Amino acid sequence: MHPIVARSQLSPNVTRLVVEAPRIAEIRQPGQFVIVRRGPGAERIPLTIADVDKSAGTISLVIQAIGASTSELTTLQVGDAITDVAGPLGRPTELLEAGHAVCVGGGVGTAVVYPIAQALARNGVKVTSVIGGRSKEWVIYEDELRAAGDVIVCTDDGSYGRHGFVTEALKDLCEAGGIDEVFAVGPVPMMRACSELTRPYGIKTTVSLNSIMIDGTGMCGGCRVAIDGKSQYACVDGPEFDGHKVDFRLLADRLTTYREFEQAALERWQASHAEAH
Amino acid sequence: MDDLTLSARAAAHAEPLPKKERMKIQRGSMPEQDAMARARNFAEVNLGYTEQLAIMEADRCLQCPKPYCIDGCPVSVNIPNFIRLLGEGDVKGAADSLLGDNALPCVTGRVCPQETQCEQVCLRAKTGTPVAIGYLERFVADWAINNRDVFTAAKPAPSGKKVAIIGSGPAGLTAAGELTKHGHKVTIFEAFHAAGGVLIYGIPEFRLPKDIVQKEVDRLVADGVEIRPNSIIGKTYTLPELRAEFDAVFVAVGAGLPVFMNVPGENLKGVYSANEYLTRVNLMGAYNPDSNTPVLHGQRVAVVGGGNVAMDSVRTARRLGAAEAVCVYRRSRTELPARSEEVHHAEQEGVRFEFLTAPVEVLGDEKGWVTGLKCIRMELGEPDASGRRRPVEIPGSEFVFPCEMVVVAIGTRSNPLLTSTSPDLRINKWGYIEIDGNLETSMDGVFAGGDIVRGAATVILAMGDGKKAARNIDAYLRGDLPSPVEVPLEAPAAH
Repeated sequence: MHPIVARSQLSPNVTRLVVEAPRIAEIRQPGQFVIVRRGPGAERIPLTIADVDKSAGTISLVIQAIGASTSELTTLQVGDAITDVAGPLGRPTELLEAGHAVCVGGGVGTAVVYPIAQALARNGVKVTSVIGGRSKEWVIYEDELRAAGDVIVCTDDGSYGRHGFVTEALKDLCEAGGIDEVFAVGPVPMMRACSELTRPYGIKTTVSLNSIMIDGTGMCGGCRVAIDGKSQYACVDGPEFDGHKVDFRLLADRLTTYREFEQAALERWQASHAEAH
Repeated sequence: MDDLTLSARAAAHAEPLPKKERMKIQRGSMPEQDAMARARNFAEVNLGYTEQLAIMEADRCLQCPKPYCIDGCPVSVNIPNFIRLLGEGDVKGAADSLLGDNALPCVTGRVCPQETQCEQVCLRAKTGTPVAIGYLERFVADWAINNRDVFTAAKPAPSGKKVAIIGSGPAGLTAAGELTKHGHKVTIFEAFHAAGGVLIYGIPEFRLPKDIVQKEVDRLVADGVEIRPNSIIGKTYTLPELRAEFDAVFVAVGAGLPVFMNVPGENLKGVYSANEYLTRVNLMGAYNPDSNTPVLHGQRVAVVGGGNVAMDSVRTARRLGAAEAVCVYRRSRTELPARSEEVHHAEQEGVRFEFLTAPVEVLGDEKGWVTGLKCIRMELGEPDASGRRRPVEIPGSEFVFPCEMVVVAIGTRSNPLLTSTSPDLRINKWGYIEIDGNLETSMDGVFAGGDIVRGAATVILAMGDGKKAARNIDAYLRGDLPSPVEVPLEAPAAH
């Protein structure tokens, strides 16, 4: 069992749970994730490890409530526990040792780029973060990222920071030049747009793919993605890949496999949750 | 005819039946769920022998002075002995005998390919049908698991040695049971949240009920085995780390990487590896409509492959509502590697077989969903390296099977997670771990067995390795492991 020792609401649908997992806290590296199973009968879902506290033996999980299983997880309170946390999974980020990195985070993807930005800054790399959300209340990890370098905040409605998408801010940075690598994590259209944007500039662009997984060890093959036309497994060969080689159309398509089921499950969950309160 | 109950047999102390009488008894068939009913449910197909059937079947055993059946068994169960005790009405004695040889008899009684092992060499098979050894094993094993309180095995004195086992499938569980008998403290590291390996994620409920597996696991835990779930060796810990902490290690991680067909369209929605399909349905419980884990339900499903995993997949698809569930196999019926009972059951349940047929492409619509499997007919040519006649394409024979789902069940290969983080562990060119005749690897005190050594094989062969590894680990821990003399296992056949 993994008790929850702290909980905070980061945005209207994003929750951070700080969970006891001493072994994972001890050895995890940026870019890695865990697979979480809330309790008996629950789904196994991959979640990024946004942060760790080695001395406390805890990891921070950032969860966007989009389906029944993620919604259920975000109802957990301090004192509750998660039955299963397996990891750390996936290959760690290949970190630059010097130079200038731009870390682009869209929505909950900002929690994925945060540990990367943090580690890059620790390596002495200049970090510029570009993070976005629909409006001010949807922007997460701004303060934490400021500790790693400059932060450009973008909101779709202009309610905070720069008005517009993260891609527009990224374009300006690309024009200014001097970027050694771009990390882009967020919704598939955003990662695709960032990768297309950097391609003509020849800037190495790394994305983190969130395909559907069960075991996280390469055993089921469900998370397969096409990289340069070749099948690879996001769980063990990734989750980070060269954005210029990813078949984003296939990724987006495969993510819709269970859409009908997910919608029905969410409605069931909302109905039962409303009853319970 | 005497009263065919165990108690009557036990009370009678009767003389054994003369051989002539034994030869007259016909093999008892296994009571099973009606085929049409079970094609739509996940309850176990075989219902198990009744007491009467079991005693009659036990009476068929000739108690050969030179029992070939024992040699036919990868874990050398003393088959005539447990059958004799059963026939005498001493089911407890039969269970003691069986459990002394086999740590998971409830499992093997259900999933072993008896027809190519013990029953194939049974003397009675020469003139008729063999003794139903598997059915009798299951009867005795199920009795034992339902009467656990009558077994009061003395706990062995602790040896003070600690053994790590990586993987809780058949090889790992068997080794755990054996090592515990020697007083060693066993810790099993399992990557999934539940123990059992292929017994819980792979083999479906209708063939091996999960509560049976759980009871086998519970028995080990009661004997002192510790199970550490969510522990992925190669990620959560490495093999060298475990070796440093334990006195010996047994690597039994199986062959955990699916093989795909490498044909166009394989990433379409509706194409599953058998591993994924069965894991969703079995481990994650997606056969239950209320499950939190989804699985696709195709009306027409093509399963590619001819092994037990293909049979499990195609029969699962039927149960999940497929009107047409077709098994596509590139060789002929004679070469089907699946257990004959599974093939027979599949046909009874309405599964169709397309023999001498190979997939060439998965077809899909503009939204990325599978719409069909394009296949080509094959004919058998000259024998290949495996000794089986090689299937050769018949030009121009392509056809399309319209379907919504394709399950790929053509085998698995080694998963590099563990081996790639163990620099001193020697592997062969296929990625399988190299061992000597003692099942010891290139790392001192690290042994390996099951599919990670053999390539994808059977439950019972993995259990045989687990048993042998446990014996050798015990010798190693006592400091008297002999030099390896036997020839190592042959390399796995390439897929």
